[in-house]
Amino acid sequence: MSGAPLLAVRQVEKRFGSVLALRGVSTSVAAGEVTCVLGDNGAGKSTLIKILAGVHRPDAGEYLLDGEPVRLSGPREALDRGIATVYQDLAMIPLMSVWRNFFLGSEPVRGRGPFRRFDVAAARRTARAELAAMGIDIRDPDQPVGTLSGGERQSVAIARAVYFGARVLILDEPTSALGVKQAGVVLRYIARARDRGLGVVFITHNPHHAHPVGDRFLVLNRGAAVGEYAKGEVTREELTTLMAGGAELDALARELARGE
Amino acid sequence: MTTAEAARRDERVARVSPVRRVLVRPELGSVVGAIVVFAFFAAQSPVFWSVSGVSNWLDPASTLGIMAVAIALLMIGGEFDLSAGVLTGSTGLILVTLATRYGLDVWSAMAAGLVFALAVGFLNGLLVVRTRLPSFIVTLGTFLMLQGLNLGVTKLLTGTVQVGGLRQAPGYEGARQVFAASVPLAGGDFRVAIVWWLAVTALATWVLMRTRAGNWIFAVGGNEQAARAVGVPAARVKVGLFMTTAAAAWLVGTITALRFSSVQANAGIGQEFTFIIAAVIGGCLLTGGYGSAIGASIGALIFGMADKGIVFAGWDADWFTFFLGAMLLLATLTNSLVRRYAEEVRR
Repeated sequence: MSGAPLLAVRQVEKRFGSVLALRGVSTSVAAGEVTCVLGDNGAGKSTLIKILAGVHRPDAGEYLLDGEPVRLSGPREALDRGIATVYQDLAMIPLMSVWRNFFLGSEPVRGRGPFRRFDVAAARRTARAELAAMGIDIRDPDQPVGTLSGGERQSVAIARAVYFGARVLILDEPTSALGVKQAGVVLRYIARARDRGLGVVFITHNPHHAHPVGDRFLVLNRGAAVGEYAKGEVTREELTTLMAGGAELDALARELARGE
Repeated sequence: MTTAEAARRDERVARVSPVRRVLVRPELGSVVGAIVVFAFFAAQSPVFWSVSGVSNWLDPASTLGIMAVAIALLMIGGEFDLSAGVLTGSTGLILVTLATRYGLDVWSAMAAGLVFALAVGFLNGLLVVRTRLPSFIVTLGTFLMLQGLNLGVTKLLTGTVQVGGLRQAPGYEGARQVFAASVPLAGGDFRVAIVWWLAVTALATWVLMRTRAGNWIFAVGGNEQAARAVGVPAARVKVGLFMTTAAAAWLVGTITALRFSSVQANAGIGQEFTFIIAAVIGGCLLTGGYGSAIGASIGALIFGMADKGIVFAGWDADWFTFFLGAMLLLATLTNSLVRRYAEEVRR
């Protein structure tokens, strides 16, 4: 299951002015593994994924790719190095068809010179085949992405990242806006991507979603790591308690109980 | 969800899908509109559907169509250009002025006009992508500046508000053959601009549907940030679209100047909204990301038919704008209803 980490960060830190958004956080993801980053709102999850995705450069600490320290120039370089990020809603163009979205920015072409054209037939065929390979049943690749449900949209974005050779897949809260059934669908694709040998970083604030697929859990609170656990070292209830800061949650439970 | 349930749901989706597919075509509204308008005027006057009648209303439709197609591309890319109308005047003025007063032959004067147009388009695009101001405001600025420039420079040079005499310039006849000739055919007199119009429409459709650039145009108009995130060069696409619109304005300005041999200093003013209206009737969304070149062409065709049809029917031409406004409202309403239906979220 585990190997040398594809991607790792060591003691990274990020400041915005006088605010320490992230301090001393370390984690890693290996091929065929899912690392879950859990935390409540404001815990530093977004800052961490923006560092992983190459959007922010850490102010301190190391970013390691295949064990080598690197300094990414931006999201484009991250993408070129096989680190794909699927943001919650920044992924798709609703009025465009599924296959046009699938290949947007990396369209296959045929022909030469002025006759170089978008290979529409191949794009349609490939999009359908790739989605099917991920177990995504799109009835009609010509339908606009806007007509897909939230879960289907996330799934198409994941399939696209896998097809374009991503080795590390960073998913920013892919399940947070979804219903129970849809979230389950997305979790299945996360598992599918993992089985295809990708390293997956799954950001969420829902331990119910993280626990079944995660191999490793990093819990953040107020910009710092509360702890990192391997699968089996921690239960879902413990994750919930850790995320909220255990004492606070106990106090809340007592407070609510009095009202009965 | 059980398998049987899934199969049933899929079946239902598959059944409505062909209907939906026809309805989602952005051209639908304009095609229906064109048929209705044609039938209406054909019933009013038999001349309307005679060959000479057809050649008559294809004439205004052709130059308008060239512009409407270019504006449609730009609108799909999420931007407006209000300076396109007056730019047809500017390029015509440059052509006639350089060829009649500065001794250039017609072809060189045309080339100078093209360079000017492309520079204006580039500037429009650069201002829009750099400042992130709405293109409506930026091009309104260039529109007013060009309007002043056209009048000011023309008056300064000629003392009047028009330049003429292009017919005597060297190279006129050759250029006229290419851009402004008319071909007698089966009793009608067809303008060669119609061929240009069809060529521009075909080219634009090919670019939109079958090239990477086309995919990018839809994407930057649909969601610029998302497009940028997957590596689409959004700024280059937009500047290119503004330059395309300017090139189309040059083509129309040249066709008009060669045809009449003179250009008024206020030529093209007021046309900018006509282009946008034709594109919107053709299915372009004002918010970008959706539309069609063929639709815009059909929008221009509706204009041509209404413009001449009212005359054939023997009515006062003043009714034209009333008719136009009604068409615009009807077309946009149809488009928005159809789009809402097509886009219904299926869960």
